[in-house]
Amino acid sequence: MEKLVLKGRKVYGGIAEGYALVMKDALGGMGVYDVSTGTVTESGNHWEGEAVTGKVLVYKTGKGSSSWAGYYKSMASLGTGPVAHVITKSNSQTALGVVLSKIPAVTELDQDPTEVISTGDWVKVDGDKGIVEVTRKQL
Amino acid sequence: MKLTDDELDMLGGKQGPAKQKAMEFLVQYGEALGAEQFVDTNNVTLTLCPGMEELRSMSPSLNMDEYISKDSLDSDETVVIDKLKAFTTSNATYRDYAYPELQKGGKEACESAYIAEKYCQRIGMVTLNSCTPYQCGNIPTRGEHCAWTESSAIAYCNSILGAKTNIEGGHSAFASAITGKTPLAGLHLDENRKGTVIVRVDVEMDTVLDWGLLGYFAGAQVGLEVPVYTNIKKTPDLFQLMSVGAAGMSSGTIALFHIPGITPEAATLDMVTGGGKNLRVVPYGREERRKTHKILNQSTKDDVEVVVLGCPHYNLERIAAIANLLEGKNVHENTELLITIGNAQKAIADRQGYTDTIKKAGGVVLEDSCGTHLVIDPSKVLASDSAKLLHYIPRMTGVHDTLLGTLEECITAATMGKWTGRVL
Repeated sequence: MEKLVLKGRKVYGGIAEGYALVMKDALGGMGVYDVSTGTVTESGNHWEGEAVTGKVLVYKTGKGSSSWAGYYKSMASLGTGPVAHVITKSNSQTALGVVLSKIPAVTELDQDPTEVISTGDWVKVDGDKGIVEVTRKQL
Repeated sequence: MKLTDDELDMLGGKQGPAKQKAMEFLVQYGEALGAEQFVDTNNVTLTLCPGMEELRSMSPSLNMDEYISKDSLDSDETVVIDKLKAFTTSNATYRDYAYPELQKGGKEACESAYIAEKYCQRIGMVTLNSCTPYQCGNIPTRGEHCAWTESSAIAYCNSILGAKTNIEGGHSAFASAITGKTPLAGLHLDENRKGTVIVRVDVEMDTVLDWGLLGYFAGAQVGLEVPVYTNIKKTPDLFQLMSVGAAGMSSGTIALFHIPGITPEAATLDMVTGGGKNLRVVPYGREERRKTHKILNQSTKDDVEVVVLGCPHYNLERIAAIANLLEGKNVHENTELLITIGNAQKAIADRQGYTDTIKKAGGVVLEDSCGTHLVIDPSKVLASDSAKLLHYIPRMTGVHDTLLGTLEECITAATMGKWTGRVL
């Protein structure tokens, strides 16, 4: 099975794995989710209708309201949130979001993760080592 | 991270459990940002206003010390904070206690907001309860290191005042308020404040609507880059600058922008881009403006049922303008007119008689609240002059018939119950 390994910088430690949800765009917080189910409700969002629960989120950076992190913290405490983040360029919103969620996250990788990871790939994130291991989905 | 003796004392618990917990958290956050050290801050603005359900879930007896310990300090043991170290003001996530029925959560939400407000005051926070702290008593100086929440205020703080803040969330800003420290990273560092992309403005920029649309367009185009708006021929006024910042932080992440000859770090284009050659140029002309307007101005109906104004919280000039436009007129019987402002502006508007004039015409001026907290029937047609508000309202209330126009067009809609706004 084809495997791809990306190396980057730790944002928050820990190890987690799951199916990838990938967006070649910045990700918001406020107005994006039904936090009680982890479902993306934002009209026009690339992930509209998908649940982020148990997924590895792969996206460019954070955007929108400064309450960004609060939504990810709420989903983490309800058990409806993602298990890890892989971020092209983490900003203060995403950094705070993963610290409050206490889930592994990696950024500034040797390749843009939104270009080389596809939705549905199986992704293992080792936050401490800054390693992202991608197993391609079966076509 | 490299910590000073003072910071190590906090982390070691020598300055009490609140500072210890806050510093533990800030170290994790600083490492996540890739920061190597902290910088002192004596200017924080934040949101600390749980809903009743959230407050009760963490403290059945509605004790804010218990809630804060669990939510903000990650501590099951209750930590009582004496006073915050940094000068700290509060954002507009509160309620106008006079109109519980008009705001989400009704009377209960007003009660939890009141409990939170009293707690904030006890620990030394100034409860401006405004998303525009810079127009009611919290005005950072150029270069001052701040820890601010509230996206529109962050853009204003960095871009218009030339102070320095990252996009903080409630938890990181609260830890900064307790310790007087924030991680030295991102926009606190001069090398990250240069303009890196040019947005060339090829349309006339006369109204708040024009500025809101420019920000909303650019936010979706520039990612984490720092845009420089060029070819601006007329000096924008206060609310135009507030609006371009608010919109750019709604569709995107423009926490800092520059306008050569106008904003403080952009004496010239050369200076603000560091003489940068070959910068990407994003043109903004009539077609871009028309497409952007269409995203936010999407109702095909023209019977306006709700008009919401005051996002970000209005300045006095705009409140006065509404009072003048409504003098001797009435809000249409099928239309609601709701305006949100901070309590400082409200006090002056009361003295000036503006509130009275608006009230007599049938409008409501709410202090300390936010358009996204209002109870709005999702089937209604809603008009506003704020790109930011019309970005969030559909996402947070389910309203899908939105109309975006100038203040004058919105007030005409409120009095006639009909939309006569221009199609751009």
